[in-house]
Amino acid sequence: MQLSVWTYEGPPHVGAMRVATAMEGIHYLLHSPQGDTYADLLFTMIERRNKRPPVTYTTFQARDLGKDTSELFQTAALDVVERFAPDAMLVGASCTAELIQDDPAGLIEKMGLPIPVIPLELPSYQRKEHWGAAETFYQIVRTLSDKNRRPSDRHGRRPLVNLLGPTALGFRHRDDIIEISGLLGKMGIDVNVTAPLGACAADIAKLGEADFNIVLYPETGDLAADYLKREFGQPAVRTVPIGVGATKDFVREVAELAGVDPEPMLKEGLSRLSWWSRSIDSNYLTGKRVFIFGDGTHAVAAARVASEELGFKVVGLGCYNREYARDVRAAAKLYGVEPLITDDHLAVEKAIEDAQVELVLGTQMERHIAKRFGIGCAVISSPVHVQDFPARYSPHMGFEGANVIFDEWVHPLVMGLEEHLLTMFRDDFEFNDHAGASHLGPGHSAPVKEEVPAAPANDTEAVWSEDAQRELKKIPFFVRGKAKRNTETFASEQGVATIELATLYEAKAHYAR
Amino acid sequence: MNAVLPLAKANGSDCAPVLKERGQREVFCGLTGIVWLHRKMQDAFFLVVGSRTCAHLLQSAAGVMIFAEPRFATAIMEERDLAGLADANEELDRIVDQLLARRPEIKSLFLVGSCPSEVIKLDLSKAAQRLGAKHAPRVRVLNYSGSGIETTFTEGEDACLASLVPVMPELSADAPANLIIVGSLPDIVEDQFMRLFADLGIDNVASLPERAVADLPGVGPNTRFLLAQPFLGDTAQCLKERGAQRLDGLFPFGIQGTTSWLQAAADEFGVDQDHFDAVLAPYQQRAAKAIAHQRERLEGKSIFFMPDSQLEIPLARFLANELGMVLTEVGTPYLHRTHLTQELAALPAGVQLSEGQDVDKQLDRVRAAQPDLTVCGLGLANPLESEGLSTKWAIELVFSPIHGFDQAGDLAELFARPLRRRDVLRV
Ligand code: SF4
Ligand code: SF4
Repeated sequence: MQLSVWTYEGPPHVGAMRVATAMEGIHYLLHSPQGDTYADLLFTMIERRNKRPPVTYTTFQARDLGKDTSELFQTAALDVVERFAPDAMLVGASCTAELIQDDPAGLIEKMGLPIPVIPLELPSYQRKEHWGAAETFYQIVRTLSDKNRRPSDRHGRRPLVNLLGPTALGFRHRDDIIEISGLLGKMGIDVNVTAPLGACAADIAKLGEADFNIVLYPETGDLAADYLKREFGQPAVRTVPIGVGATKDFVREVAELAGVDPEPMLKEGLSRLSWWSRSIDSNYLTGKRVFIFGDGTHAVAAARVASEELGFKVVGLGCYNREYARDVRAAAKLYGVEPLITDDHLAVEKAIEDAQVELVLGTQMERHIAKRFGIGCAVISSPVHVQDFPARYSPHMGFEGANVIFDEWVHPLVMGLEEHLLTMFRDDFEFNDHAGASHLGPGHSAPVKEEVPAAPANDTEAVWSEDAQRELKKIPFFVRGKAKRNTETFASEQGVATIELATLYEAKAHYAR
Repeated sequence: MNAVLPLAKANGSDCAPVLKERGQREVFCGLTGIVWLHRKMQDAFFLVVGSRTCAHLLQSAAGVMIFAEPRFATAIMEERDLAGLADANEELDRIVDQLLARRPEIKSLFLVGSCPSEVIKLDLSKAAQRLGAKHAPRVRVLNYSGSGIETTFTEGEDACLASLVPVMPELSADAPANLIIVGSLPDIVEDQFMRLFADLGIDNVASLPERAVADLPGVGPNTRFLLAQPFLGDTAQCLKERGAQRLDGLFPFGIQGTTSWLQAAADEFGVDQDHFDAVLAPYQQRAAKAIAHQRERLEGKSIFFMPDSQLEIPLARFLANELGMVLTEVGTPYLHRTHLTQELAALPAGVQLSEGQDVDKQLDRVRAAQPDLTVCGLGLANPLESEGLSTKWAIELVFSPIHGFDQAGDLAELFARPLRRRDVLRV
């Protein structure tokens, strides 16, 4: 058993729902108790979808157990075929149904339904949402792709690709695929199929016609891409085009496979981020301490943008999905930080607190943590909430995505001049660090905790003189804790018993980055 | 639960046709009640013994409010617990130790059963005894089931409160009469009711639950109780078994309901009728004024209730009688006739009631009826809105203060708002 308050991922059948809901004409019959229908609201409320997810829950009750749960399941299957007439049906069990072992796959096979049926085995007690989505998408592709389709003769036509991985409830998937399809179009490449998002059974059937695949979201698209490689020999591009640098790498890789010239797409100025970041106003971004947490792919991508394109200092990097821990570990090494692989949000909270950060890039969960600490935060990965499905066009991928990222990440920070003024006029009654960044609005006050203790916690620690203590309070709140700790460490290393004003500044010089 | 119904006195319209349905449902399970119960009982912690689905349900229903660590959590069962690799009971003990170490302020712990824990027959009442003995006297350990195979949405609160009844202190046969308000109410509403009872001259009034589990009221043969919510069948039964008697009235929604509810207590506690009328008059007038604002918007408008919280019938009665709304279909997940005798009698004659659900068929009926307003769950609201049907999310009715005189206007406003919005928008 695992004690959990908030979870980053739902059960695997919610992943299957993300795939089914993203597609057209696919229905999911889920053997489950009534309460599991809560999952509908993720789509109708959080993503504001205007249709019910195409899911039928059998909603068996205690009195059905041991008697007719399997009959219930079969009746529901017939209802689905009659009412929704889907092109294909997914069938599976939720955590409870898995325990009563009705064997949906076997039951459905016996029924000989007139449509393709795809049984899903999603072990609820081992796996989670992303894996469930990846497995479901893979099973759909395996069952519905037409094995006889192959790319047509390459001469006299534009190269053709599949975009794999976008689902319902995905972070910015809706806009990313518009952005990337546009970018490919400008390179002279056409999209054969985007899936699962927006695809129908006929689209899946023709996947084999593409020259190669692009995996935009490895968490949900990898398994299908591996299969397509095996079955159709289609190579896959796995560079995720988030940020200017990664988008350029992506362009090169795609161009190479497509046999087109990448140069027009690599020239300067396709994204404003490069200039915005070099313009002197952005000087103050240098070395901002940023903590990054999300799904493995988005976290690694964000770390590169933060470090190379905004000049931040990555002081924490982690992911909640173990399946992608390897990539995160490798990246963490690059930035010299300890990778944090956990799905315990309390561990993440602790890490954020310890790292003394100025900006958090995370999920919905980290947004709440950051809010509590009064630190700026931008969301970079699912799980996300209703406000992360903006009405406006806001991709994170491609060159426009880089622009969006610049705005979204810089906005929560205390602005350059504002930061200086904060340091210069600490005693202004309304313009002080406890008021927080002006553009964050009133609700966002800085934490008032961590005041300087007059007496040491134990007798090995140095005592703060009054002068030094007053000076410490003048240091902006987001670095104050660090300054305090550094000074104390420095004092104890030097064998200083009382921290004077000078000790503080000597420590500052000692630790200067 | 299925008590034989005593026939209503009034116009006999509780024989209104009831459409009984058994099909796919679109409702929450009883775990959802934790979202409001954990706020109400401030010394209690709710530990669901369940799956990742249960944890995800709670988080989705609670809207992920992480401003403070909530007083609930899920012990998520894993493969090894099921495969017998780990003894589930030992694992549970370990989790509870871990939890109590982190939250030393917890005085009561509810172990909450789920579908998975019930299907594998993990005996939580035994676990509660064992853990209760281990952590006594610091922590009292209780248990109930909020599973979706046993409970629908608000029935979780019923199960929770029923689990408290056996640990309520015993009052002897010569103890003075006391009154218990049963059902968790927002603090502000509870305080209003307490003031009203005091004005009426009824003292010795307590609530179940109180704001701290440690302050549970006593119960005995001189105990009388009023249900503040219509979904508390099991709790009422348990209280009766301890000698308490239920006072029967309408539920305290709107002027009519609140008056009837208070009257039931006044009659029992011998409150002089003139005094009763005099105390209530200003409240009733105030409420009438507040309701009048909404009446012009709601009068003559039709409303369809999808089954959700079991509040449907009392609310339909309020909307029909005090706001002039036209009831199309009033669905309820479960029709507790004994407790609703007066409610059913107070409904306009011939209303279509339905019990249980077959969601797709019911949606067909919504589309055919084209009501001005449909009360439904969160999974259905936006899809119906996109079909041009105005909706009111049922869950808001469970989370908002809607009981009593001073909330009657707010309650009406909750229904009026979607219509007002529809009229205002020009996009
Ligand atoms: S219906 Fe059962 S399995 Fe689903 S969330 Fe509720 S208790 Fe858990
Ligand atoms: S704070 Fe977060 S969880 Fe709460 S309502 Fe706002 S967006 Fe939703």
